[in-house]
Amino acid sequence: MSDRLTVLKTYKLYVGGKFPRSESGRVYEVTDSKNKWLANAPLSSRKDARDAVVAARKAQGGWAGKTAYLRGQILYRVAEMLEGRKDQFVREVADAEGLSKSKAAVVVDAAIDRWVWYAGWTDKVAQIVGGGNPVAGPFFNLSSPEPTGVVTVVAPQESSFLGLVSVIAPVIATGNTAVVIASENSPLPALSLGEVLATSDLPGGVVNILSGRTAEITPSLASHQDVNAIDLAGVEDDDLAKELEVAAADNLKRVVRPQPVDWSADPGTHRLTAFLETKTVWHPTGSLGASGSSY
Amino acid sequence: MPTAPAHALTDATTSDRTLRRFLHGLPGVDTVGLEARASALGTRSIKTTAKAYAIDLAISMIDLTTLEGADTPGKVRALGAKAVNPDPTDRGTPKTAAVCVYPDMVATAKEAVGDSGVKVASVATAFPAGRAAIDVKLGDVREAVAAGADEIDMVIDRGAFLAGDYMTVFEQIRAVKEASGEARLKVIFETGELSTYDNIRRASWIGMLAGADFIKTSTGKVGVNATPANTLLMLEAVRDFREQTGVQVGVKPAGGIRTSKDAIKFLVLVNETAGQDWLDNHWFRFGASSLLNDLLMQRQKLATGRYSGPDYVTVD
Repeated sequence: MSDRLTVLKTYKLYVGGKFPRSESGRVYEVTDSKNKWLANAPLSSRKDARDAVVAARKAQGGWAGKTAYLRGQILYRVAEMLEGRKDQFVREVADAEGLSKSKAAVVVDAAIDRWVWYAGWTDKVAQIVGGGNPVAGPFFNLSSPEPTGVVTVVAPQESSFLGLVSVIAPVIATGNTAVVIASENSPLPALSLGEVLATSDLPGGVVNILSGRTAEITPSLASHQDVNAIDLAGVEDDDLAKELEVAAADNLKRVVRPQPVDWSADPGTHRLTAFLETKTVWHPTGSLGASGSSY
Repeated sequence: MPTAPAHALTDATTSDRTLRRFLHGLPGVDTVGLEARASALGTRSIKTTAKAYAIDLAISMIDLTTLEGADTPGKVRALGAKAVNPDPTDRGTPKTAAVCVYPDMVATAKEAVGDSGVKVASVATAFPAGRAAIDVKLGDVREAVAAGADEIDMVIDRGAFLAGDYMTVFEQIRAVKEASGEARLKVIFETGELSTYDNIRRASWIGMLAGADFIKTSTGKVGVNATPANTLLMLEAVRDFREQTGVQVGVKPAGGIRTSKDAIKFLVLVNETAGQDWLDNHWFRFGASSLLNDLLMQRQKLATGRYSGPDYVTVD
């Protein structure tokens, strides 16, 4: 048997359906929980973040315009692809979080299940948060949820895969597009997720994944006028969180504040409904004729 | 035939044969070298104050264009308002150089820009194909001029050019120049249809010899429009023409320039090839529409430090 050359994987960003390196050409070393070198990950710059916003904006109308049913099908497809690459994710999660293979497998299974759970929500969320409103007048009054738009998601730092899935899936399930900042120290599962999304019928630009220094990339995204909301799940520094919230207020972004979350617990619908806007339509019913009956 | 302007190259245009000999005597274009030079100049890093200067310069060089079958007087008025006051949130934003419309919209455009100094350019000569009898083309030009156009953008007869009938192309440009009167004449070659760089060089010289005030890459209606390489080639032509005749001719790349980054790359080409004399909207223009919004967003970014978005510029 001949000795094989080691094939090292080049981890790259996922932006607009493509896998670019950082525009800056920079990388940083990613280590496992015992400080052993795993790979070099791209160290994204503000410009990469801006490019990701452009890609997300471009994709937003098309993604929101797809039927909720189709979005559900596509998200389910993502879960199928994750299932097929489970071994890789188990290895990456085990390295990143210092878990044994069997414990990592439990985490990955939970992440895939969560993805399926959110896939099911795409065509049900409207029934939960929308519907007819009783009003005092001859009107049909209907409310329906619409996606907020482009959402910046700062992924959880510790839960590099289950936490990641738990913040991305609810955002895109309802028709938003996402710019995701991966966990700073454990970005590899996120970058590999990009490869899964690229092969799952998910249109390019719906999810864009950046790796790098959270404190470097997030301020320009928080102040970006073309970002509609920001999820600060992975911002652990209180001063930074405050700074980002202030910057986000400038164009009235929706903000989900960082809070302790047990990612393995039932997520509820909080993150699913956090990035929705309610559209309400008043429709006069009038009268159907001499009989005086209305609709 | 009207007399050509007197300069060192006047002899070249006395007959079909001398014109052909002159054009085919132009040095061949080194395709690889041209494209490498154009892309090398595209790698310059233009930041901070230089970027702010370049953005304002680029805005002032735009021929804000709408050339659609669906153009309405309302759309032309909106375009005129935008040309005069591109960013209503910042009155320090420079005006664009001109608005560019079809001849029947010239009067509307003229009214919309008023006495702001923004010029009205009109495409003419059976734009964009140029497939009409010369009388029709000249009529088109005269109408635009009569309606008040300050500039005429004509298309050359590509069919005649590609058939090798250079004299026809030359004489048509001369005739249109005469019909344009005081209006400055931009000659569009439709570089995407000329097939080779050698042809673009020859067309540039025909245009300049015939008295063009501007040479312009394309109509924006075909697959390949302005590229850094074909613009670089035309910039070399105007530079050489001025060296030989003392006459300065402007350049206008049009079509496909959509981002500030692209526009700044073109400005680098201008500065490095033709020189500083051309870094002025009297001698260099961008034919564009969506470019302006991107420049405005970049301008807002420089002013505020925050990335802007399409919600903060007008939709057109």
